[in-house]
Amino acid sequence: MKPRQKRLVYIVVALAAVGVAVALVLNALKDNVSLYFTPTQVYNREAPIDRSFRIGGLVEAGSMKREGDGLTVHFVITDLKKSLPVVYKGILPDLFKEGKGVVAQGKMEADGVMHASEVLAKHDENYMPPEAADALKKAKSVQ
Amino acid sequence: MAINWFKYSAPTMFYPLAGKLIPWFAVSSAILFAVGMYLGFVVAPADATQGEFYRIIYIHVPASILSMFLYLVMAAYAALGLIFNTRLSSMMASALAPTGALFAFIALWTGALWGKPMWGTWWVWDARLTSELILLFLYLGFISLHASIDDPRRADRAAALLAIVGSVNVPIIYFSVKWWNTLHQGSTIKFSGTSMQITMQHAMFTMLAACWLYAVAVVLSRVRSIILERERHAKWVAELPEVAL
Amino acid sequence: MDIWMRENPLTYVWLGSYAVAFLVFAVEIAMVVHKRKATLEEVRQLMDVEENE
Repeated sequence: MKPRQKRLVYIVVALAAVGVAVALVLNALKDNVSLYFTPTQVYNREAPIDRSFRIGGLVEAGSMKREGDGLTVHFVITDLKKSLPVVYKGILPDLFKEGKGVVAQGKMEADGVMHASEVLAKHDENYMPPEAADALKKAKSVQ
Repeated sequence: MAINWFKYSAPTMFYPLAGKLIPWFAVSSAILFAVGMYLGFVVAPADATQGEFYRIIYIHVPASILSMFLYLVMAAYAALGLIFNTRLSSMMASALAPTGALFAFIALWTGALWGKPMWGTWWVWDARLTSELILLFLYLGFISLHASIDDPRRADRAAALLAIVGSVNVPIIYFSVKWWNTLHQGSTIKFSGTSMQITMQHAMFTMLAACWLYAVAVVLSRVRSIILERERHAKWVAELPEVAL
Repeated sequence: MDIWMRENPLTYVWLGSYAVAFLVFAVEIAMVVHKRKATLEEVRQLMDVEENE
């Protein structure tokens, strides 16, 4: 082999080795790389229930209730299979809406409710003007 | 007419060619930036859920795409330089790094400004954001490693290795939103098409093209300086009109 | 800050993202132009030294 072919082979082998190593590490750390757990994972006891963790999903339609102080909010996070109640005291992000994505960080208490210390809104990758969104909603409700 | 492209892989030929091309790239980039900003802020409508804030996308997405793509181009040039020992490839890799780093910075900065009003936080350690931050550090690592070694040929080789190994990070950034649960939303531009209204798309692709042309212009200009610096003892440099002045 | 950004979303987007991005571009262009000038100067000085030898 010419030296330049040898160098090419070395580089390809090195890159493949690093790629495999990184893939293995990331796979082993899967739960740590993911930002949040789904309600199903919480029910399957895959989440660290004894300490603070993040849970993500959709805000269940009709589940949002405000307490008299105007700051404390109760809602339910669902992944459409399982759902989990959350209570949060603080200002919610603008995009927080029923039926929309949400990520809450907090601790599961004995009452089976997550007491959240931080609530973040998760939006999707679709962008359209309000008129198009209205039309889409109407089309859905007709179905 | 057959053009011998190999001819241009020699610094002697590439230097004047790049000099002729730079103004074209610079001017068309400026025009496209103006058109893109007009499309993005005047023509494109506000978003149904995010209102005006979504307009950050027109700089955020092009900057992110370029930060990743320039890294791959840089790693490819670095690999070429390592394998074939060509002078120009390594110079191109060094010229690409600062521009790539700046695009990574812009992507992170505009992302933080977008995250605050929409998600409710400037920063979160999710897979997409973290891997993009690692990309910025890879660029900075490449630049400082290259600068720390006095012998340019040895510096090229050491930095090339870092660039090649680091390229593993680029697919991780791209697929992070698919592989893991992240706060960052999925890709708007997919191989199968985009999930965006058509005038918004026009604005974004115009801005993307503008950023591309800008990157080519500054990288070519930078590589010309690097060529001059490294070949300053060569006879052809002494004969250049701008040097003989 | 929170209230201000909600009341002036376009100003926020402009100043925060686009002004910063274009500033970064301007700084990079200035750096590239400066590098070109500095390198040419350096090469010319080298030529002078070699001629005098």
